[in-house]
Amino acid sequence: MKLFRPLLLGLGAIALGLSAHAAGGAKHAHAPEKGWSFAKVPAGKLDKESVQRGFQVYQEVCSSCHGMKLLSYRNLGEKGGPFYSDEYKNANDNPLVKAIAAEIEILDPTPDENGDLVYRPAIPADQFRSPYPNDNAAKAANGGALPPDLSVITKARGHGAEGDGASYIYSLMTGYKDDKIKTKTGDDGLNVNYIEFDDGDTVGTLTQPTGLYYNPYFAGDTTPQWDGDPRHAPYGGFLAMAPQLLDGRVEYIDGTEATTSQMAYDVANFLQWAGDPKQGQRKSLALPVMLYLVLLAILLWFSYKRIWRDVAH
Amino acid sequence: MSGHESTYEPKTGIEKWLDSRLPIVRLAHDSFVDFPTPKNLNYWYTFGGILAICLAVQIITGVVLAMHYTADIDQAFGSVERIMRDVPYGWLIRNIHMVGASMFFLAVYVHMFRGLYYGSYKAPREVLWLLGCIIYLLMMATAFLGYMLPWGQMSLHGANVIINLFGAIPLVGEPIQSWLMGGPSVGNQTLQRFFSLHYLLPFMIAGVVILHIWALHVPGNNNPTGIEVQDVKKDTVPFHPYYTVKDGFAIVVFMIIFAVFVFYAPNVLGHADNYIEANPLVTPAHIVPEWYLLPFYAILRAITFNIGPMDAKLLGVIAMFGSIAVLFLLPWLDTSKVKSMRYRPVAKQFFMGFVVACLLLGWCGASNPDDPIISMGEDKLLVSYTDSAGLEGQRTFEDYAPAAQFRDEQVAAGGVASMAIEKAPAFTFKVLSQILTAYYFAFFLLILPVLGLRERPKGEPDSIHQSILGHDAPAAAPAE
Repeated sequence: MKLFRPLLLGLGAIALGLSAHAAGGAKHAHAPEKGWSFAKVPAGKLDKESVQRGFQVYQEVCSSCHGMKLLSYRNLGEKGGPFYSDEYKNANDNPLVKAIAAEIEILDPTPDENGDLVYRPAIPADQFRSPYPNDNAAKAANGGALPPDLSVITKARGHGAEGDGASYIYSLMTGYKDDKIKTKTGDDGLNVNYIEFDDGDTVGTLTQPTGLYYNPYFAGDTTPQWDGDPRHAPYGGFLAMAPQLLDGRVEYIDGTEATTSQMAYDVANFLQWAGDPKQGQRKSLALPVMLYLVLLAILLWFSYKRIWRDVAH
Repeated sequence: MSGHESTYEPKTGIEKWLDSRLPIVRLAHDSFVDFPTPKNLNYWYTFGGILAICLAVQIITGVVLAMHYTADIDQAFGSVERIMRDVPYGWLIRNIHMVGASMFFLAVYVHMFRGLYYGSYKAPREVLWLLGCIIYLLMMATAFLGYMLPWGQMSLHGANVIINLFGAIPLVGEPIQSWLMGGPSVGNQTLQRFFSLHYLLPFMIAGVVILHIWALHVPGNNNPTGIEVQDVKKDTVPFHPYYTVKDGFAIVVFMIIFAVFVFYAPNVLGHADNYIEANPLVTPAHIVPEWYLLPFYAILRAITFNIGPMDAKLLGVIAMFGSIAVLFLLPWLDTSKVKSMRYRPVAKQFFMGFVVACLLLGWCGASNPDDPIISMGEDKLLVSYTDSAGLEGQRTFEDYAPAAQFRDEQVAAGGVASMAIEKAPAFTFKVLSQILTAYYFAFFLLILPVLGLRERPKGEPDSIHQSILGHDAPAAAPAE
């Protein structure tokens, strides 16, 4: 038993850690240098201003291809949301949320009195507008690739640890090698984009297929496009999304400088909120629950000691 | 314990009235208040109580979730998210239910290993053990059915893999498969029946739990010495307050661990792919079950060879089901007269090996079978070519430069050539899981039957109270 306990613990931890195995040879995603405020223990909080800016990035950049069908505009004004205000407990009354919704035209899901489907400005109760009427339309507009819905994207990437998904978004958005891309004329006379690698064992040339973009954090396989030692092909894969968050892509309302990493940080924070809008509630309830349980355990321990004090066991 | 006189005395008129008609208070009193329990139970024995709490938590949260869940392939994924977003405290209820499944299995594995170590399956407790095995089977079925309900990628493709296993059974396999699916493929009808059964099975578990406790209370608890109670006064204490408080403490400590997951890492025990809505046209890169089923998944995949007319798939299915079936035979496989492995120095070593094997099987189940654990030598480069004369050939190279040069020369000379990686021979997860599977079965079918006849037990005390007074038993209890 003495031997078995540490072994059990160690191996248990390994088995658990490995049970959620990653796919492909993608580079391990990393958090920004300042870390994620929401992932702090024991009571991390989302950076509200960053979530607000992230929503702006989503609205102005991402939303042209990516839907978020599990969110409604009212969510933005609910407790824990980026535009929550103590004055308006009911998000449907929040003027900011109403204004955000009203700027967007949606096809009313309910037919009008003549039975026609008509466009109207959205209200807080409406779902986020989908950029495409259906998946096939989305594929047709994006060279056959389906832009994933972003509602729970931060929960759908990584290993389920707090911050995994946000780190993936941040790494992916800042990970493009667009500054390294060179262009040459191919055999057929068309331009070919390629990246030269000289990084330890990874030496060679990676050709970007037309319409696809190399990213080391995207799960995939680079070997078919790799001219170099196949044992040391670069990490990552190719995705159909071009680099989006180029410096100055949005003009932040609050005056923050819109660098690539700032926008990536903000949009990752926004998606982190969107994937689990009740995480603030969860984190704020965590500490009282833990304290209560620990105190109860201490009380029970002393009760146990007292009740058993005269019994040899 | 049978033969123990009831000490319940109804005091008020209504108690007397009820006691002469339905002595249910007497039953509760004799079972959970005055029940004589060995003094020397350690913390490994608290997991029975912990499991009862787990079952109650799962049923209560599950009933609430079912009020908000929609069993429809177009709405299931969204309805689970809506519970997390719009139902008051829905996020808490759903996280508890989701993490609770893992906690339930964590507790049941400790409980089973404890029973294995202290010989709790031996006479007169065989029926107790068998009922426990039935509960475990029902738990696995319930967990599998429940994992399908969020209708994520792993839900759908995991269900496909498991249901396809039944297809390997000769003759009746395919009818069983379509009967389970309710149609030609996993679809809406499958989701609906899985939801229905997922709601049913926990109550069957609760029923078998009652039988399990009944079967416990006839012979009474086993204990770390494995020696039966001889003198109720010297060897036992009443269940209440002695074990209610000890179990209570253990339950709260367990709940602290539970709460850490619920509040700080609700998703870490699951697979991220299950937050991608199910799509039959896109198969995930690696389909893996939840962590608690990984050892069985490893056993299933360990069988990669055919034996006679039986193909690898069927053998894998047999091995997987056999690994659970063998638990049912355990009371008759272990021939040792001594219950507790405290006094079986050799068996104890094999037992530890068994625990390690189960954990490593879990590791194998999570990993790609072809991945190397220990690589012997370097991967090489293999250039396959067809030269201009139409002759085919292959050459291996250690380094890239000469390989590329050779390939380019072939191409320049008018041939065709391509380069691929030739993996170095390695000790892979597949091999490890085969070794571990062999050990798993050998432990039950070979080691325990033979060892019981040959092993010389050591230091067994005469009675429970003697072992307590002597304090000469080898240390086995965890920190108390």
